[in-house]
Amino acid sequence: MTLPVPQTREGPLLELRHVEKHFGAVQALTGIDLDVPAGKVTALVGDNGAGKSVLIKCIAGIHQPDGGEIVWEGRPVHLRSPRDSSALGIETVHQDLALCDNLDIVQNMFLGREKLHRIALDEEAMERAATETLSSLAVTTVRSIRQPVASLSGGQRQSVAIAKTVLWNSKLVIMDEPTAALGVAQTTMVLELVRTLAGRGLAVLLVSHNMNDVFGVADRVAVLYLGRLAAVRPAGELDRQSVVDLMTTGESSRMTEASGPA
Amino acid sequence: MTDVKPEVEEAPSQAALALAPEVMATSLNEYMRGTYLRIRGGDSGVLPVVAGLILISALFQALNPHFLTASNLVNLLIQGAAYMLLAMGEVFPLLGEIDLSIGFVGGIGGIIVAELVKSQYGWPWWAAILAALLVCAAIGLLQGTIITRLGLPSFVVTLAGLLGWQGVMLLMLGNGGSLPINDNVVNDLASGNLTPAASWVVMILIVAVFSARTWRRESRRRSSGLVAPPASVTLIKIGGAALAGIVVVLICNTDRGRVVPIKGVPWVVLIVLGVLAMWTALLGRTKFGRYLYAIGGNAEAARRAGVNLTTIRTVAFSLSSMTAGIAGVVYASRLRSVSTALDGGTLVLYAAVIGGTSLFGGRGKAIHAVLGGLVIAAIDNGMGLQGYSAAAKYVVTALVLLASVTIDAVARRGRLAR
Repeated sequence: MTLPVPQTREGPLLELRHVEKHFGAVQALTGIDLDVPAGKVTALVGDNGAGKSVLIKCIAGIHQPDGGEIVWEGRPVHLRSPRDSSALGIETVHQDLALCDNLDIVQNMFLGREKLHRIALDEEAMERAATETLSSLAVTTVRSIRQPVASLSGGQRQSVAIAKTVLWNSKLVIMDEPTAALGVAQTTMVLELVRTLAGRGLAVLLVSHNMNDVFGVADRVAVLYLGRLAAVRPAGELDRQSVVDLMTTGESSRMTEASGPA
Repeated sequence: MTDVKPEVEEAPSQAALALAPEVMATSLNEYMRGTYLRIRGGDSGVLPVVAGLILISALFQALNPHFLTASNLVNLLIQGAAYMLLAMGEVFPLLGEIDLSIGFVGGIGGIIVAELVKSQYGWPWWAAILAALLVCAAIGLLQGTIITRLGLPSFVVTLAGLLGWQGVMLLMLGNGGSLPINDNVVNDLASGNLTPAASWVVMILIVAVFSARTWRRESRRRSSGLVAPPASVTLIKIGGAALAGIVVVLICNTDRGRVVPIKGVPWVVLIVLGVLAMWTALLGRTKFGRYLYAIGGNAEAARRAGVNLTTIRTVAFSLSSMTAGIAGVVYASRLRSVSTALDGGTLVLYAAVIGGTSLFGGRGKAIHAVLGGLVIAAIDNGMGLQGYSAAAKYVVTALVLLASVTIDAVARRGRLAR
């Protein structure tokens, strides 16, 4: 069903096969087939209520699909809780970021997985690891790694939340509207970071409403319409108008002209 | 995607600069500037309470020249010890919740010790104190379990505790209304002193250990390129600790007896310092402490990070009540008895708030509680010297409490407005 995309490895990191999800009588997802390859940014777009949140929650282990299969590195997996997902290397950056304002950057990045030296916290090891991660991601606008997160700008907070996922060697990072609350300059900063992640070989699944973001960073675009995948295409084969058409009507005349059927 | 060029640098780094705390500084000058900016940015730390303490002292000294004499200052330390300990207990729940009951829980701790050391039971002092602390911890565990498992508001549960444990205390004291303590060691906890020579030795030991640890840690961080204050700041810290130690010992070693000479640092000062050191380490250096702050700051984030909210919160309530037990024993020891006059009301609990622990959660340290306890003790003591009634003391303490909560709220708004 899905369009073949150039693969460097045998198969995509994550494959969804005929994933279904309903809540009572409401069919939220119908027959979703989606590949999420490593080293690429896959944008997931769709109108409100199209099923974007449900889909990423299924991948993050918050919801369990009612039908179909989730295949991780070639093996079918059952994700019963967020813990299962993070054990595989799937991390989600939620829209509200889930950072503690009163803690500093290092403390936030290691929250829940602190390094210990006997029973005391090993602050030095944590600070070193956090510094390395941030500089490897070229997050350089932060003045001190010991600043409380409350003092950071929106873009910096987003960067910290993203860096946190990298610190844990995740393979797939799901981002839910990472630029929704950001200004122009900060959006640029976060989008650069998203590219950096893909450049390091991580798979990124980016949920967004914003066409600028989508065409700024995405390699592939998956459009959801009323719980179905209306199209999955390389970003180069689509333009803004065709994506908007797909989001609002489920089809686009422009797209079929530009390329063959999905 | 590749053409995204960061003109980004400007705005965020300026925002960071405005609050870049002292941790960024590489020289003393920069450090002072960073601290100044941080205070302006609403993170005033212990500054307001220290300023308040100086103001209160100046005021009472002007009213009554006896206030700043050595004998009164030592007296103030002993009176304040129970407040400081109680307030240190309150820091744990205040990082996200509140515990109104600990005053009377502490009272129950005092009664248990007084009962157990009676000749009819004949427990050794240490066993009696241990038993009392265990009972207090169990009470906290019970209340904490109700709050966290049933999801009830801590305010309501501990308000019930405030009433209930007061009732239990009155029942245990019975008609006599007073329970004398017949154990010298227990009574000496608050009333006994080190000898002047021992006072010096102990002070020098404490300062030496503190200095060595601080120096070693911060110089190691500096040499491995981690965030650390400049060496001059480390030296000032060590100098400050030494100076404070010398002043306290000098004051305490001044003869303050009316009939027989009384000299030396009271034992209770060491108890307060010991609890302060333990709780500071627990809050600052362990996973438990880190999670407590995280829960106070953003409980949902902590939960998603895999922190077990129920357990951490319950343990916090238990530790809080146990610390209150220590306070209760010290209080009983000072009066050499427990009586129905024990006031475990809510006012004294707010010593922690007066010291700078935020009622909005997520901020506060054990040292804040000690300073807050000193403020309350100073007000109590100074107004007592002037012959004011308990009623007037309550009014003034209430005003100070209101002022400190206002400072906290305004500072918080300053932070959020950024």
